[in-house]
Amino acid sequence: MKSPRRYTALAATAIAAALALTACSSGDDKAAGPTSSGTSTAGGDQHEAVTITVAGLLPGTKQDAIDALNTEVSNFEAKYPWITVKAKDYEWKDTTFASQLAGGTLPDVFEIPFTDGKTLIENKQIADIDAQFQTLPYASQFNANVLDAGKGTDGHVYAIPAKSVYGVGLHYNRDLFTKAGLDPNKPPTTWDEVRADAKQIAQKVPGVAGYMQMTKSATGGWQLTTATYSRGGRMESVADDGKVTATLDNDATKASLQYLHDLRWTDNSMGANFLFDWGSINQAFAAGKIGMYTSGSDVYTSLVQTNGLKAETYGLTAIPLEGSDAGVLGGGTLAAVSVKATDAQKDAAVKWIDAHYLAKLTNQDAAVADAKLQQANNQPVGTPTFPIFGKDLYLENQTWIKDYINAPLDQMTGYTDKMFDFPMVDEPRYSTQDLYSALDPVVQAVLTDKNANIDNLLKQANSKVQTILDKNQG
Amino acid sequence: MTARAGMPPHPGPGTLFTDERDPAVTLLDDAPARRRVPARGARPRKGPVDWARSGGLSTLVFALPLVVVFGLFSWWPAVRAFVMSLQKTNLIVTSWVGLDNFHTVLTDPLLPTAVRNTLWFALLALVFGFPIPLLAAVLMSEVRSRRGLFSALAYLPVVVPPVVAVLLWKFFYDASPQGVFNTILGWVGLGPYPWIQDPHWAMPSLVLEATWAAAGGTVIIYLAALTSVPAELYDAAEVDGASIWRKVWHVTMPHLRGVLLITFILQILATAQVFLEPYLFTGGGPNNATLTIMLQIYDYAFANSLGGDYGAAAALSILLAAVLAIFSAIYFRLTRSWSVS
Repeated sequence: MKSPRRYTALAATAIAAALALTACSSGDDKAAGPTSSGTSTAGGDQHEAVTITVAGLLPGTKQDAIDALNTEVSNFEAKYPWITVKAKDYEWKDTTFASQLAGGTLPDVFEIPFTDGKTLIENKQIADIDAQFQTLPYASQFNANVLDAGKGTDGHVYAIPAKSVYGVGLHYNRDLFTKAGLDPNKPPTTWDEVRADAKQIAQKVPGVAGYMQMTKSATGGWQLTTATYSRGGRMESVADDGKVTATLDNDATKASLQYLHDLRWTDNSMGANFLFDWGSINQAFAAGKIGMYTSGSDVYTSLVQTNGLKAETYGLTAIPLEGSDAGVLGGGTLAAVSVKATDAQKDAAVKWIDAHYLAKLTNQDAAVADAKLQQANNQPVGTPTFPIFGKDLYLENQTWIKDYINAPLDQMTGYTDKMFDFPMVDEPRYSTQDLYSALDPVVQAVLTDKNANIDNLLKQANSKVQTILDKNQG
Repeated sequence: MTARAGMPPHPGPGTLFTDERDPAVTLLDDAPARRRVPARGARPRKGPVDWARSGGLSTLVFALPLVVVFGLFSWWPAVRAFVMSLQKTNLIVTSWVGLDNFHTVLTDPLLPTAVRNTLWFALLALVFGFPIPLLAAVLMSEVRSRRGLFSALAYLPVVVPPVVAVLLWKFFYDASPQGVFNTILGWVGLGPYPWIQDPHWAMPSLVLEATWAAAGGTVIIYLAALTSVPAELYDAAEVDGASIWRKVWHVTMPHLRGVLLITFILQILATAQVFLEPYLFTGGGPNNATLTIMLQIYDYAFANSLGGDYGAAAALSILLAAVLAIFSAIYFRLTRSWSVS
C-alpha cells in the first residue's frame, strides 16, 4: 500500500541534508551589531555611552594573563568612563575566520593577518577608521610599508598594524638540547646542522620529535613557504603586465620537502604525530614533545600565556638562510573594526587599539605602565618583534622598559643579533591563504607516505593555485 | 549535521517510523481521515464553510505552529540553499551564474577523493557499526539481571558530548609509543600503530571512534524491538527442538526486520553526511585521506579566511541531498516486500 507520508519523509530527508550549509551560514546578525544605548555625561564632556567587544586572549589562557588584561580594561574604562569594554577570547584561524565574519560573531575589534587586509577592505567587510586613525599622535610615524597592509585603494586606513610584526624564527627547547647532549647556547645555523641536531634529540630523548613543522589549517603552506624563502625560492611571480604565475614547484620548495622527507624517513627524527596547526604545535612544543620548529618570532608570548612554557627551556635563533635570494618570511597582525560599528563605537575602538596595542610602543609613560602591569602578573615583557615604528623607536622603547623585561632575551640572541639585517620577504601577495591551503596536503603527504612523489604533488598543487589565481584575476 | 555512524539522526515528525507492517495500525490511522476526506470525485466538492464546520479550522490552528517552525527553519533555508547554488555570492554582492557552481563542483579534482572517502567511511561504519549494536542488544536481552546497568553502560558514550569525545580520542590516538592506546596495546606486544597519522589508518580510526560514540543509541532501539518479540514464540520454537541459532534466525530476526531496515537506511544517510570526526580529528588529512563530502562542502564555504565559495558549497549540498533522496527512494522500493511481514 502506498503511503503519501513516505514521500514526505523522503523529502524531509533531502531537505535535512540540504540544510547543512544554510544552517551554518545564517548566523545571528545581532551579535556583532551595535550594543550601545542611551547617553551619559561623563568627565564633563557629553559622550554617548558605548560598549565595544574586543579581541582578548587566546582560548585557554592562564589566569595571570586574564588578570593582567582585566586590569588593563578597568584602567581604560577609568580613563574613558563612557566606554565599556568586553574582551572576548580570540584566535585568528584561516578555517574559522570566514564563518565568524559571516555569522557576525567576531568582536567589534579583531585581529587579522597582513595578507587578508586588502581583500577585506575591497569587499567592504571592515570599517573605514581613517578619521579616528588620523587623531592618533603617532599617525605619521608608522613604517610606511607596514601601514600599507591596512590601507584601501582610496588611501584611507581601514586596519591598523598592531600587536606584532614578525619575522619567522627557529624556536628550540633548551632542555631537550641539554638532554640530548647538545649545547643550548649554540643553536644550529644551517639546515644541515638543524638536521643533525634533530636526529640527535630524537635518538637520545625517546618520544620526542627533534624537528617538526606545521601541517594543518593552511599553516603547512605558511611554513613550507618560510622554508622555501630560506632557500631562495618564491611561490609567485608577477609579470610586467600584472599576470600572476604560481611557482609552487620551484627548486627551493622541492628541496624543502625533500629535507622533510629525509628527516622523517631516513633519520626518523620527526616523531610520530604529524597533524599540527599553529595552536597545537605550540602546545606540543611547550609540553617538551618537540625539539625545534619554525614560527613567528613573537610566539614566545602565547607560549607562556596559553601553554605555560617555562622561560628557562626556551630558545630562539634565526632561521638558516641558504642560497642567493634567501630571505626571512615576514608578516604581521592588523587590528580591524567591525563594519557594523557605529561612529561612537569606532571612536572607542581606535582608543582601545591605541591603549592596548600601540601607545606602549610610542610613549614612554604608557610603555612603562604596561611593562609594570605585565610584569606584576608574570606576563612576558620584551618579546622580540619587528618594529612597527622603525628601528630607532624600537630600540628606544627597549631602553624604557629595560627594568621590567622578563623574557629571556639572552636565550634569543641568535635571532635578535641579526633581526635588523635579515632580508625580509613578504608573504605571497595573491590568494595567499588558498596557496597555503593547497600546500597543506603536500606537506602531510611527505610526512605520512614514504613513497610520496614530491614533483607530482607540487605540480598538482601548483595547477590548483594557478586556477584560483586566474579565476580571481579574470 | 553531526553525522554519527550507527546512529540515526533524530527522526522528525511523520518521518520514517511510519509503521506499515501492522495493518491494524494503518487502519486506525486512516479510518478517521477517510471519514473526513472522501476520495476525490466521489462526492461534489465541499465549500469553505463546510470545511470550517467539519473541524478544518482547528486542524489548521493546531498544525500552524509546526508548519511555521518547519517552514522557517527547515524549508525556507532549503529553498535558500537551492537559490544560492545558482548564484555567486560573498553574502554582500550577489549575481546569478546559472549552473556554473555545479560545473565547478563536479570538475573539482578533489570530488572523486571526497566521494571515495565518504563511501569508505560508510562501508567501514556498516561493517563495524551495524552488527556490533545488534549483537550487543541480543546479548543484553538474554541477560536476566542488571540489564539496566548494561543498557546504561552501552548508552554512556552517547551522553558524552561528541566534540569532547573526539578530543579525548585524539589524545588516546597519540601515535608515539607513549600514546594511551599504543601503551595499552604495547603490554600485549602490539603496535605502536600510527592511528590518525597515516593515510591508510586514519579512516578506520575515525570509524572506530564513531562506532563507539554512536552504538549506544542503536542498541537501545534494538533492545526495545527485542522486547516486543512474544516469549511464546521462543517457547514454541524450543518445543520444536530449535537451537539458539535457529531461534535467533527464525524468531528474532523476522521481528527485527522492520527496525533493521530503518536503522540501515538511517545509518547510510548519517554516514554519507559524516563531518564531525574528520573535521576535528584530522581536518581531512593526512593528504586528504579523510576528506569527506561534507568536509568538502565546509571547505568550499569556510576554509578560506577571506570568504569562500558559498555557491559551490550550496551546489554540492544540493547534489548530496539529491543523491541521498534518490538512494532512499530506491531502497524503500526494493525493500517494500520485505518490510511487510
